[in-house]
Amino acid sequence: MKTRIGFFDFTGCEGCQLTVMNLENDLMQVLQLVEVVEFRELMSEEANKLDIAFIEGSITRKKDRTRLQEIRKRSKILVALGACADNGGVNLLANHEEVSTLRQQVYSSNAAHLLTETPLPLHKVVDVNYRIPGCPIDGREFLAVLQALILERDPELPNFAVCVECKLAEYPCSFDYGEICMGPITRAGCHAVCIDGGDRCRGCRGLVDNPRTSPYQKVLEEHGLTVQDILDQYRTFNIGEEL
Amino acid sequence: MSKKIALNHLTRIEGHAHLVIDKKAGKVESCHLEVIESPRFFEALLRGRHFSDVAPIVARVCGVCSISHTMASLMATEKALNITPDPRVKVLRRLLSQGEILQSHLLQLYFMAAPDYLGIPSIFQLLNQRNDLFSRALRLKRTANRICEVVGGRAVHPVTTAVGGFSTLPETSELKILRQELVDALPDLETTVELFASFDFPEFSRPAEQVCLQQVGQYPLHSDRVISSCGIDQSVEQFKDSIDEYIVPHSTAKMARTERGHYSVGALSRVKNSFSQLSPMAQKVAAVLQMDPNTNNPYHGLKARLIEVIHFVEEAIHAIDDLLLHSFNSARATAMPKGGGQGIAAVEAPRGLLFHAYTYDQNGNLETADCIIPTAQNLASIEADIEALLPKLLDLADAELKRRVETLIRAYDPCLSCSTHQLQIAIK
Repeated sequence: MKTRIGFFDFTGCEGCQLTVMNLENDLMQVLQLVEVVEFRELMSEEANKLDIAFIEGSITRKKDRTRLQEIRKRSKILVALGACADNGGVNLLANHEEVSTLRQQVYSSNAAHLLTETPLPLHKVVDVNYRIPGCPIDGREFLAVLQALILERDPELPNFAVCVECKLAEYPCSFDYGEICMGPITRAGCHAVCIDGGDRCRGCRGLVDNPRTSPYQKVLEEHGLTVQDILDQYRTFNIGEEL
Repeated sequence: MSKKIALNHLTRIEGHAHLVIDKKAGKVESCHLEVIESPRFFEALLRGRHFSDVAPIVARVCGVCSISHTMASLMATEKALNITPDPRVKVLRRLLSQGEILQSHLLQLYFMAAPDYLGIPSIFQLLNQRNDLFSRALRLKRTANRICEVVGGRAVHPVTTAVGGFSTLPETSELKILRQELVDALPDLETTVELFASFDFPEFSRPAEQVCLQQVGQYPLHSDRVISSCGIDQSVEQFKDSIDEYIVPHSTAKMARTERGHYSVGALSRVKNSFSQLSPMAQKVAAVLQMDPNTNNPYHGLKARLIEVIHFVEEAIHAIDDLLLHSFNSARATAMPKGGGQGIAAVEAPRGLLFHAYTYDQNGNLETADCIIPTAQNLASIEADIEALLPKLLDLADAELKRRVETLIRAYDPCLSCSTHQLQIAIK
């Protein structure tokens, strides 16, 4: 019997589900082992019971909470797919401002259907069994997590910093270019894709378990950054919230 | 007898929407496409951010069109801060945009739209009995994504793009491999054209103003001019100023109109307005698909998308040749801009015209942001089409009526995950 999996999304960009779809070369093999039973973006079918629900996006409204709880009830395993579901991600850039202020700025209206709450990661609403971090997720990591779950093992995330992957790949250090890089405290697993692309790490995968934050803060300060600069860096993908 | 037909959480589209039709005594009383995506307030989130952070944040509006948002964002920022990228940067950016349109169109054509014409609820049903079709769809999508990966560093949320140019350029060897992959895709494309030519597209006609960018000597992608089938020929700034965005009670996405009324954007608009700029091969495919460039049938949006796929594969091959012949070294802008300013830019995203407009302060920090996305400009046209179509469908059983209406909505390839982030210019 194939493992029955489903994909669901709340407030987010659907880029993590797309990253799964972008695993074109592996998808045919994956589909020999699993049956996709619900995936609104690509299917009209719906399922009663699921072995694994992969859920993208944050929760911002009461009706979304209800929908998430309903998915939880019919799923044996629930996995937070990507930063928005895992820790709120870029959606939480707004959490230092009142939602009503934002609404006025963007819509010039406080009409009832526009009402939302501060975005929440899934684990604030339901029990989350496993998580796949990143904005977007790394496709290979998704496959590794799925493989572990099919084999009924606990999937493990790397518990070292992006810096390690970056050094192993021998990329030049972003700090040497005068850039601010979150690599020293961000969880690895992305193969330092942004640094490979000439960008810096913005911390989308969240903090490694025991980050050495105080020496890192000193590094940032040594590069002439203000507290506000540092906070902004932490804030982009909601790393500040975890600290 | 009054009856409400509701299609909740429409499937095989990007983002969440319901469709609610009210019918009374055999007549349609009202029809609303309810966009129920939750507001995310992106324009407000960007305020105060340094110009180098704006594109990476705003890309997160939409996973499917993250490259288009990145392009529009970088170009608006460059205009505001008076940065002129190297002309070679434009060639590479154009190639990147082509990759995105190809992956988006192929995903939509095979995974979202084709099941309607094959009489199945999803393409996954074909996994076993039509393995050839399923694997062809994946192969073509892979090739499209390879363009995004080679040029943009990854397919969703690019990492090589930067204000002024690129932070990393593709290796010559990678470009050569990519070129071969695109050439190798041609037989699969031929089979795809055969498949879509065999579909029975519904008869339907409703004239609408078709709006797209105009680019001299090229099929439109990144440009400063806007044209329409009603004779509009304006700068991007002028046209954007003429857009009236308004809120309706049933949608968290704003709707858009000009003083002439509602209008349509997207592949159909581009193909109609820029037919003569299509490659000879794409024009031939248009003939095979029996696509009349003057069509007013919104279902032909599918044909237009496939014609663009052919065109952009061909153009991408030429773009790679160009890049291989005239290589360039450092593409990243080295001079840091001084002073602030205002900038408005538009690109053709997979689903049509996308505007980003920013103002920056003297330190290069964003003061206001305003994004107008394609689906917001299409929502009113989709509703008008459904209203025009419905009277012909009222005798059908509800299930069949729903299927017909959903097929029409999918012909527009609406992308609602981002359509909630419209706004007026943010107020200071």
